[in-house]
Amino acid sequence: MVGLDLLAEYLSKYSPILIFIVLALGFGLVTLALSYLVQPKYPEAEKLTTYECGSEPFSDSRMPFPIRYYVIAMLFVIFDIEVIFLYPWAITFYDLGIIGLIEMLIFIGLFVVAYVYAWQKGALEWD
Amino acid sequence: MASLVFFYFASIILLTASLVVIFRNPVYSALSLLVMFFHVAGLYVTLHAEFLAVVQIMVYAGAILVLYLFVVMLLNVKREERFHGQTNVAMGLGAIMLVESFLLMLQGDTSWLSLEATPNPETMAKGNVESLGEVLYSTYLFPFELASLILLVAMVGAVILSKKGILESKSS
Repeated sequence: MVGLDLLAEYLSKYSPILIFIVLALGFGLVTLALSYLVQPKYPEAEKLTTYECGSEPFSDSRMPFPIRYYVIAMLFVIFDIEVIFLYPWAITFYDLGIIGLIEMLIFIGLFVVAYVYAWQKGALEWD
Repeated sequence: MASLVFFYFASIILLTASLVVIFRNPVYSALSLLVMFFHVAGLYVTLHAEFLAVVQIMVYAGAILVLYLFVVMLLNVKREERFHGQTNVAMGLGAIMLVESFLLMLQGDTSWLSLEATPNPETMAKGNVESLGEVLYSTYLFPFELASLILLVAMVGAVILSKKGILESKSS
Protein backbone atom coordinates (compact mmCIF):
# COMPACT_ATOMS: atom_id res chain seq x y z
CA MET A 1 0.00 0.00 0.00
CA VAL A 2 3.04 2.26 -0.34
CA GLY A 3 1.74 3.48 -3.70
CA LEU A 4 -1.59 4.52 -2.24
CA ASP A 5 0.10 6.43 0.59
CA LEU A 6 2.24 8.27 -1.96
CA LEU A 7 -0.86 9.07 -3.97
CA ALA A 8 -2.66 10.40 -0.89
CA GLU A 9 0.30 12.62 -0.09
CA TYR A 10 0.41 13.83 -3.68
CA LEU A 11 -3.32 14.57 -3.73
CA SER A 12 -3.08 16.51 -0.48
CA LYS A 13 -1.12 19.11 -2.47
CA TYR A 14 -4.34 19.72 -4.39
CA SER A 15 -6.32 20.64 -1.27
CA PRO A 16 -6.08 24.41 -2.04
CA ILE A 17 -7.80 23.70 -5.37
CA LEU A 18 -10.48 21.70 -3.56
CA ILE A 19 -11.02 24.57 -1.10
CA PHE A 20 -11.23 26.97 -4.04
CA ILE A 21 -13.86 24.84 -5.80
CA VAL A 22 -15.90 24.53 -2.59
CA LEU A 23 -15.70 28.30 -1.99
CA ALA A 24 -16.70 29.10 -5.59
CA LEU A 25 -19.67 26.71 -5.48
CA GLY A 26 -20.63 27.92 -2.02
CA PHE A 27 -20.53 31.57 -3.08
CA GLY A 28 -22.95 30.90 -5.93
CA LEU A 29 -25.30 28.70 -3.92
CA VAL A 30 -25.34 30.91 -0.80
CA THR A 31 -25.95 34.06 -2.84
CA LEU A 32 -28.85 32.46 -4.72
CA ALA A 33 -30.33 30.93 -1.54
CA LEU A 34 -30.02 34.18 0.40
CA SER A 35 -31.67 36.27 -2.31
CA TYR A 36 -34.43 33.67 -2.58
CA LEU A 37 -35.05 33.76 1.17
CA VAL A 38 -35.09 37.54 1.72
CA GLN A 39 -36.82 38.66 -1.50
CA PRO A 40 -40.43 39.86 -1.36
CA LYS A 41 -42.59 37.53 -3.46
CA TYR A 42 -45.46 39.13 -5.40
CA PRO A 43 -45.53 37.05 -8.59
CA GLU A 44 -47.47 38.36 -11.60
CA ALA A 45 -47.68 37.03 -15.12
CA GLU A 46 -45.85 40.10 -16.46
CA LYS A 47 -43.07 39.79 -13.90
CA LEU A 48 -42.49 36.12 -14.60
CA THR A 49 -41.91 36.53 -18.34
CA THR A 50 -38.38 36.47 -19.70
CA TYR A 51 -36.58 39.79 -19.22
CA GLU A 52 -35.34 41.01 -22.59
CA CYS A 53 -33.99 44.50 -21.85
CA GLY A 54 -37.51 45.87 -21.38
CA SER A 55 -39.00 44.91 -24.73
CA GLU A 56 -41.49 42.06 -24.91
CA PRO A 57 -40.01 38.68 -25.85
CA PHE A 58 -41.12 37.83 -29.37
CA SER A 59 -39.65 34.38 -29.99
CA ASP A 60 -37.99 31.37 -28.38
CA SER A 61 -34.32 31.82 -27.52
CA ARG A 62 -33.54 28.50 -29.23
CA MET A 63 -33.33 29.73 -32.79
CA PRO A 64 -30.93 28.40 -35.41
CA PHE A 65 -27.56 30.15 -35.40
CA PRO A 66 -25.78 31.18 -38.60
CA ILE A 67 -23.20 28.60 -39.68
CA ARG A 68 -20.47 31.27 -39.61
CA TYR A 69 -20.24 30.78 -35.84
CA TYR A 70 -19.27 27.17 -36.47
CA VAL A 71 -16.30 28.17 -38.64
CA ILE A 72 -15.13 30.59 -35.97
CA ALA A 73 -15.44 27.87 -33.29
CA MET A 74 -13.57 25.38 -35.50
CA LEU A 75 -10.75 27.85 -36.15
CA PHE A 76 -10.59 28.50 -32.42
CA VAL A 77 -10.28 24.78 -31.61
CA ILE A 78 -7.52 24.30 -34.21
CA PHE A 79 -5.38 27.21 -33.05
CA ASP A 80 -6.07 26.29 -29.42
CA ILE A 81 -4.51 22.88 -30.03
CA GLU A 82 -1.56 24.52 -31.79
CA VAL A 83 -0.88 26.65 -28.71
CA ILE A 84 -1.15 23.59 -26.43
CA PHE A 85 1.76 22.03 -28.34
CA LEU A 86 3.84 25.16 -27.74
CA TYR A 87 3.83 24.72 -23.93
CA PRO A 88 5.99 21.54 -23.67
CA TRP A 89 8.14 22.85 -26.51
CA ALA A 90 8.84 26.10 -24.66
CA ILE A 91 9.77 24.20 -21.48
CA THR A 92 12.25 21.90 -23.26
CA PHE A 93 13.50 24.54 -25.71
CA TYR A 94 17.13 24.62 -24.46
CA ASP A 95 17.49 20.82 -24.36
CA LEU A 96 16.13 20.35 -27.87
CA GLY A 97 18.51 22.82 -29.49
CA ILE A 98 18.28 23.84 -33.13
CA ILE A 99 16.43 20.63 -34.09
CA GLY A 100 13.55 21.63 -31.84
CA LEU A 101 13.34 25.02 -33.52
CA ILE A 102 13.21 23.40 -36.99
CA GLU A 103 10.53 20.93 -35.83
CA MET A 104 8.39 23.73 -34.51
CA LEU A 105 8.93 25.84 -37.64
CA ILE A 106 7.58 22.96 -39.78
CA PHE A 107 4.67 22.55 -37.37
CA ILE A 108 3.81 26.25 -37.38
CA GLY A 109 4.44 26.43 -41.14
CA LEU A 110 1.56 24.01 -41.74
CA PHE A 111 -0.63 26.17 -39.53
CA VAL A 112 0.34 29.22 -41.53
CA VAL A 113 -0.79 27.35 -44.65
CA ALA A 114 -4.12 26.64 -42.93
CA TYR A 115 -4.40 30.27 -41.84
CA VAL A 116 -3.64 31.61 -45.33
CA TYR A 117 -6.17 29.16 -46.80
CA ALA A 118 -8.90 30.29 -44.40
CA TRP A 119 -8.08 33.93 -45.07
CA GLN A 120 -8.01 33.49 -48.87
CA LYS A 121 -11.34 31.63 -48.87
CA GLY A 122 -12.92 34.39 -46.82
CA ALA A 123 -13.63 32.25 -43.75
CA LEU A 124 -12.55 35.15 -41.57
CA GLU A 125 -14.93 37.58 -43.29
CA TRP A 126 -18.38 38.23 -41.88
CA ASP A 127 -20.36 38.60 -45.08
CA MET B 1 -8.42 8.17 0.91
CA ALA B 2 -6.73 7.87 -2.48
CA SER B 3 -9.04 5.10 -3.67
CA LEU B 4 -11.97 7.18 -2.39
CA VAL B 5 -10.84 9.97 -4.75
CA PHE B 6 -10.63 7.53 -7.63
CA PHE B 7 -14.09 6.08 -6.98
CA TYR B 8 -15.57 9.57 -6.68
CA PHE B 9 -14.21 10.58 -10.10
CA ALA B 10 -15.01 7.23 -11.72
CA SER B 11 -18.62 7.17 -10.49
CA ILE B 12 -19.30 10.77 -11.53
CA ILE B 13 -17.78 10.03 -14.97
CA LEU B 14 -20.03 6.98 -15.39
CA LEU B 15 -23.11 8.86 -14.19
CA THR B 16 -22.63 11.95 -16.37
CA ALA B 17 -21.59 9.90 -19.41
CA SER B 18 -24.84 7.95 -19.08
CA LEU B 19 -26.79 11.18 -18.66
CA VAL B 20 -25.37 12.43 -21.97
CA VAL B 21 -27.33 9.74 -23.79
CA ILE B 22 -30.30 9.67 -21.37
CA PHE B 23 -31.20 13.38 -21.52
CA ARG B 24 -33.62 14.21 -24.30
CA ASN B 25 -32.65 17.88 -24.45
CA PRO B 26 -29.30 18.04 -26.30
CA VAL B 27 -28.21 21.17 -24.39
CA TYR B 28 -28.52 19.22 -21.12
CA SER B 29 -26.50 16.43 -22.71
CA ALA B 30 -23.75 18.87 -23.65
CA LEU B 31 -23.61 20.35 -20.15
CA SER B 32 -23.51 16.86 -18.65
CA LEU B 33 -20.57 16.18 -20.95
CA LEU B 34 -18.90 19.29 -19.51
CA VAL B 35 -19.12 17.86 -15.98
CA MET B 36 -17.69 14.60 -17.32
CA PHE B 37 -14.71 16.40 -18.93
CA PHE B 38 -13.86 18.07 -15.62
CA HIS B 39 -13.96 14.77 -13.75
CA VAL B 40 -11.78 13.08 -16.38
CA ALA B 41 -9.30 15.90 -15.72
CA GLY B 42 -9.48 15.00 -12.02
CA LEU B 43 -8.75 11.39 -12.88
CA TYR B 44 -5.68 12.50 -14.84
CA VAL B 45 -4.47 14.38 -11.76
CA THR B 46 -4.64 11.18 -9.69
CA LEU B 47 -2.49 9.55 -12.40
CA HIS B 48 0.15 12.31 -12.04
CA ALA B 49 -0.61 13.61 -15.54
CA GLU B 50 -1.04 17.28 -14.65
CA PHE B 51 -0.38 18.59 -18.13
CA LEU B 52 -2.96 16.27 -19.60
CA ALA B 53 -5.45 17.40 -16.94
CA VAL B 54 -4.97 21.06 -17.83
CA VAL B 55 -5.17 20.27 -21.55
CA GLN B 56 -8.35 18.30 -20.89
CA ILE B 57 -9.96 21.35 -19.32
CA MET B 58 -8.60 23.83 -21.86
CA VAL B 59 -9.26 21.89 -25.05
CA TYR B 60 -12.20 19.61 -24.23
CA ALA B 61 -14.14 21.67 -21.70
CA GLY B 62 -13.10 24.98 -23.27
CA ALA B 63 -13.09 24.43 -27.01
CA ILE B 64 -14.61 21.09 -28.07
CA LEU B 65 -17.69 21.57 -25.91
CA VAL B 66 -18.28 25.01 -27.43
CA LEU B 67 -18.15 23.31 -30.82
CA TYR B 68 -20.74 20.74 -29.66
CA LEU B 69 -23.02 23.48 -28.36
CA PHE B 70 -22.69 25.35 -31.66
CA VAL B 71 -23.69 22.22 -33.55
CA VAL B 72 -26.73 21.78 -31.27
CA MET B 73 -27.72 25.40 -31.87
CA LEU B 74 -27.02 25.22 -35.62
CA LEU B 75 -29.25 22.18 -36.02
CA ASN B 76 -31.82 23.66 -33.63
CA VAL B 77 -32.72 20.33 -32.02
CA LYS B 78 -35.08 20.96 -29.13
CA ARG B 79 -35.83 17.41 -28.02
CA GLU B 80 -34.32 14.25 -29.39
CA GLU B 81 -36.89 11.45 -29.58
CA ARG B 82 -35.69 9.48 -32.59
CA PHE B 83 -33.22 7.20 -30.85
CA HIS B 84 -35.13 6.44 -27.67
CA GLY B 85 -36.86 3.42 -29.15
CA GLN B 86 -33.54 1.60 -29.01
CA THR B 87 -33.32 1.56 -25.19
CA ASN B 88 -34.29 -2.09 -24.68
CA VAL B 89 -31.99 -3.40 -27.41
CA ALA B 90 -29.14 -1.25 -26.13
CA MET B 91 -29.60 -2.44 -22.53
CA GLY B 92 -29.62 -6.08 -23.63
CA LEU B 93 -26.46 -5.67 -25.69
CA GLY B 94 -24.82 -3.69 -22.88
CA ALA B 95 -25.56 -6.47 -20.38
CA ILE B 96 -23.99 -9.06 -22.70
CA MET B 97 -20.89 -6.88 -23.14
CA LEU B 98 -20.62 -6.37 -19.36
CA VAL B 99 -20.74 -10.11 -18.64
CA GLU B 100 -18.25 -10.74 -21.42
CA SER B 101 -15.75 -8.17 -20.15
CA PHE B 102 -16.05 -9.52 -16.58
CA LEU B 103 -15.38 -13.04 -17.83
CA LEU B 104 -12.39 -11.86 -19.85
CA MET B 105 -10.97 -9.98 -16.87
CA LEU B 106 -11.32 -12.89 -14.47
CA GLN B 107 -10.30 -15.74 -16.78
CA GLY B 108 -7.31 -14.02 -18.30
CA ASP B 109 -4.12 -12.83 -16.71
CA THR B 110 -5.04 -11.35 -13.31
CA SER B 111 -1.58 -10.17 -12.31
CA TRP B 112 -2.62 -6.56 -13.07
CA LEU B 113 -4.96 -6.65 -10.05
CA SER B 114 -2.00 -6.36 -7.68
CA LEU B 115 -0.30 -3.59 -9.67
CA GLU B 116 -0.11 -0.17 -8.08
CA ALA B 117 -0.67 3.10 -9.90
CA THR B 118 2.78 4.49 -9.25
CA PRO B 119 4.52 6.46 -11.98
CA ASN B 120 8.13 6.00 -13.01
CA PRO B 121 10.32 7.80 -10.39
CA GLU B 122 12.57 9.01 -13.20
CA THR B 123 9.77 11.02 -14.74
CA MET B 124 8.56 12.11 -11.29
CA ALA B 125 11.90 13.84 -10.65
CA LYS B 126 11.42 16.14 -13.63
CA GLY B 127 8.34 18.16 -14.31
CA ASN B 128 5.41 16.52 -16.04
CA VAL B 129 5.45 18.97 -18.94
CA GLU B 130 9.22 18.71 -19.28
CA SER B 131 9.29 14.92 -19.59
CA LEU B 132 6.38 15.08 -22.02
CA GLY B 133 8.20 17.64 -24.16
CA GLU B 134 11.37 15.57 -24.24
CA VAL B 135 9.68 12.51 -25.72
CA LEU B 136 7.19 14.42 -27.88
CA TYR B 137 9.84 16.38 -29.77
CA SER B 138 12.33 13.50 -30.15
CA THR B 139 10.83 9.99 -30.07
CA TYR B 140 7.35 10.93 -31.21
CA LEU B 141 8.41 13.62 -33.65
CA PHE B 142 6.57 12.16 -36.63
CA PRO B 143 3.15 11.88 -34.92
CA PHE B 144 3.64 15.43 -33.68
CA GLU B 145 4.23 16.78 -37.20
CA LEU B 146 1.39 14.60 -38.45
CA ALA B 147 -0.92 16.28 -35.94
CA SER B 148 -0.45 19.64 -37.62
CA LEU B 149 -1.24 18.07 -41.00
CA ILE B 150 -4.45 16.54 -39.59
CA LEU B 151 -5.44 19.91 -38.14
CA LEU B 152 -4.79 21.51 -41.55
CA VAL B 153 -7.15 18.98 -43.15
CA ALA B 154 -9.73 19.67 -40.43
CA MET B 155 -9.55 23.39 -41.12
CA VAL B 156 -9.90 22.92 -44.91
CA GLY B 157 -12.88 20.63 -44.29
CA ALA B 158 -14.59 23.12 -41.99
CA VAL B 159 -14.11 25.97 -44.47
CA ILE B 160 -15.39 23.93 -47.44
CA LEU B 161 -18.42 22.63 -45.53
CA SER B 162 -19.54 25.95 -44.17
CA LYS B 163 -18.55 28.53 -46.75
CA LYS B 164 -20.96 29.08 -49.59
CA GLY B 165 -19.82 29.18 -53.18
CA ILE B 166 -16.33 27.67 -52.80
CA LEU B 167 -17.02 24.56 -54.85
CA GLU B 168 -19.26 26.36 -57.35
CA SER B 169 -16.67 28.99 -58.23
CA LYS B 170 -14.08 26.30 -58.97
CA SER B 171 -16.30 24.41 -61.42
CA SER B 172 -17.50 27.49 -63.29
